[in-house]
Amino acid sequence: MEIIATDKPPTPPPAWWVYRALVGVGVVCALLIVSVFLLTRPSIEENRAEALERAVFAVLPGTRYQRAVVISEAVMHAGYDTEHRLVGVAIEAQGMGYQDRLRLLYGYDPVQQTIIGMRVLESRETPGLGDRIETDKRFIKNFEALDVRLGTESRVLLHPLVAVKQGQKAAPWEIEGITGATVSSKAVARILDNSSERWLPLVQRALPMLTAPGEGDDESR
Amino acid sequence: MSLDKTTTQSPADEFIKGLWRENPVFVQLLGMCPVLAVTNSALNALTMGVATTFVLVLSNLLVSCLRHFIPRQVRIATFILIIATFVTVVDYLIQAISLEVHKSLGAFIYLIAVNCLILGRAEAFASRHRVLPSLLDGLGMGVGFTLALFCMGSVRELLGSGALFGVGVFSDNYQPWVVMILPSGGFFTLGAWLLLFNRIKQRREKRSTSLKSEVLEAGNER
Repeated sequence: MEIIATDKPPTPPPAWWVYRALVGVGVVCALLIVSVFLLTRPSIEENRAEALERAVFAVLPGTRYQRAVVISEAVMHAGYDTEHRLVGVAIEAQGMGYQDRLRLLYGYDPVQQTIIGMRVLESRETPGLGDRIETDKRFIKNFEALDVRLGTESRVLLHPLVAVKQGQKAAPWEIEGITGATVSSKAVARILDNSSERWLPLVQRALPMLTAPGEGDDESR
Repeated sequence: MSLDKTTTQSPADEFIKGLWRENPVFVQLLGMCPVLAVTNSALNALTMGVATTFVLVLSNLLVSCLRHFIPRQVRIATFILIIATFVTVVDYLIQAISLEVHKSLGAFIYLIAVNCLILGRAEAFASRHRVLPSLLDGLGMGVGFTLALFCMGSVRELLGSGALFGVGVFSDNYQPWVVMILPSGGFFTLGAWLLLFNRIKQRREKRSTSLKSEVLEAGNER
């Protein structure tokens, strides 16, 4: 760059130039973001619905078709097998992860009173550490048969769901955490515990409605 | 205000310099965070490269268009605003194309906003040059970045999971070298590529200096 020696320091630009630049660029950027958001929204929503449907089949193993059910104003997905027997109910749960919201979907078998599957729907956990809650096979195995029996009136769950250290799982209601992703594993346990306390009694109460076959208002596949 | 530089290079040169001579990864060592983190498979590397190129080209374009309009005192704030906008745009676009890809890139899409390569090109090039050279500069640097990411990603996926773009390449007897897709594998691969690049560069320089001295000697003899 060419350097020109001058006695005077360069005069600063008038203040309104600075305002003009910042406000002008801000407005252009805002318009751009809003228009792209509106343009892409339909396909993003379509993708999300598809992903949710895939997750429902994943957390309720053995499901042939599912239908959406409304239990006390919450939308859940009931899965049925080939003989139209209830496999379980997929329930969405969310809560704080390490630094941002975590959204999970878990499958609840109301007859055996166990959680039979769990998938992470949305997470911004630390890449390489916290995000192992989605990929770690041992961690995912926790949710193949997790004891969530309902207790007496004083306690909603007979045993609260807790995360324990890797390799120390002793009881069917304990979740074996991941070394290096302690905060995220504990967050998953806490989110599931809170959600089960709230929804499982309601699902149990709605069981007759769920097992009644063939209403099929939102059947798919 | 006007700091416009007239480029002595042809438009083709503006594009080509980013591919090899001033390659952002192998020569300038810029944007190391995504280079090490998301190159565990060829597809991730390619997507990240394309997303970065998109942001780089468009932010260079807009910065160059607005260069007379932005006072130097607030230029960095304005550039960051422009870059963050295009990162948000690219985030929505990837979500609309495939949620799977969005999930596998995770937080690194948002981190494009702090990739020093993009701010570096906006400050060092686009804010001082006309629109067309800035566009070509952004495109060249982006393609160079993508190429480098692909070099990393393909080697790591080949060695670490015995596949390329998820398709198995070696026979079933191949034992995957798992460390290569783990974070430490990124450092090994980057080190190996840098070694190769610098070796080629050195040999080229040596050849050109020996050629020059031969010419000089021949001139002296005469």
